[in-house]
Amino acid sequence: MDDIASLIEPQIPALRRYAVALLRDREAADDLVQDTLERALSAWSGRRRDGDLRAWLFTIERNLFLAAVRRRGRRGADLGAEALEQVPDPSADPGAALGARDVLSGLDTLPEEQRSVLLLVAVEDLSYAEAAQVLGVPLGTVMSRLSRARTRMRGFLETGRTGLLRRVK
Amino acid sequence: MSGDPRPVGEDDLHGLIDGRLEPERQALVEAWLAGNPARAAEVSTDRGLRERLRARLAPIAEEAIPARLRVANIRSRHLYPGARWFPMAAAAVLCLALGGAGGWVGHAMHGVPAAVAEAPATQDAVAAFRTFVVEAVHPVEVRADEKPHLVTWLSKRLGHAVAAPDLSAQGFRLMGGRLLPAGTEPAAMLMYDDDRGTRLTLYSRVGDGDGRTLFRFAREGDIAAFSWVDGGMSYVVTGRTDEARLLTVAQAVDAHVRGLAPDRQQP
Repeated sequence: MDDIASLIEPQIPALRRYAVALLRDREAADDLVQDTLERALSAWSGRRRDGDLRAWLFTIERNLFLAAVRRRGRRGADLGAEALEQVPDPSADPGAALGARDVLSGLDTLPEEQRSVLLLVAVEDLSYAEAAQVLGVPLGTVMSRLSRARTRMRGFLETGRTGLLRRVK
Repeated sequence: MSGDPRPVGEDDLHGLIDGRLEPERQALVEAWLAGNPARAAEVSTDRGLRERLRARLAPIAEEAIPARLRVANIRSRHLYPGARWFPMAAAAVLCLALGGAGGWVGHAMHGVPAAVAEAPATQDAVAAFRTFVVEAVHPVEVRADEKPHLVTWLSKRLGHAVAAPDLSAQGFRLMGGRLLPAGTEPAAMLMYDDDRGTRLTLYSRVGDGDGRTLFRFAREGDIAAFSWVDGGMSYVVTGRTDEARLLTVAQAVDAHVRGLAPDRQQP
């Protein structure tokens, strides 16, 4: 049992970091990490032994996050796929985004699938293949999403227009 | 350059930014960029962005792990996902949504999607519980004092080793068991009770799939049930007892079954 803890606990800081980047809310992020750990513990014996533990944990975490986003979408008005693309954006503040150029505000302007690719690859140091596993998409899709994410972020950092465009649209 | 004839593409630029290229390829890509200042500027911006993002988020990962996220604390709360409706409902939605996606979810997390599948075994187990647990005269067909015979008989009828674990550590004694119809197949039901007369049942039958699922919690009125699938058998533990106590029973049964499964020995 301690064996499991010694394998999982070193991953917790990264799980928190990814959760905060997704949710931009510390409490909610730790809730997500807690759900992730609970799920991981109970699914422990069913996990693929040869699979990468970190990628497996990120997979659980992201799937729980997506499920929560979908649930929220369903509870509210009929928001559709476009909403999913933009959620979560709880701290949406065009003014701040234009002023401070916080790199995280730029991240908020990305659709979740691009945001996750960028975070997993550039921050969490997952290989492209591992990111493909977490996202459940082919490698080529990872690369094209990464490319779109970086193009969009460049636009945001240089002019802030990405954020504006999304809001005007 | 002569060793690698592949033209430099978009993927190479990402590989360069993320430090994923072999040294030889990296040299080639850098040489290519030297002749493409526009792309070189983009790569430079992307690298800067990567560093800013990492720096911005680094403090979070440097914090100590909060107590509520320590594995030991999570484990001690008995909060298995199956015991909470919300995450399970979420997982069900996700399975529907990602049904076509296959891949990682289907492979690595094979325990998770299966756990949220409808479990008719639970309905049958709860129905059997209702019928027999109130039975004062003949709650069981074969009594516990004939345990070896009981286990052999049920295992033979099911065509699969039936577990009759010792639950004394959880405060329950085996009363005995019976054979039940379950569609075209038979099912085994064992009944246990504690010193206060609280009864619970362990229902098992051959199920489909060799995989292993999470514990799935269900409640019907004051009756609680944990169900799961492991090694080709469906198991349901049912009782009029609180969830935490029932979970310890389910865990004990699960531990017993998993010790039993590899060699298929009779207990």
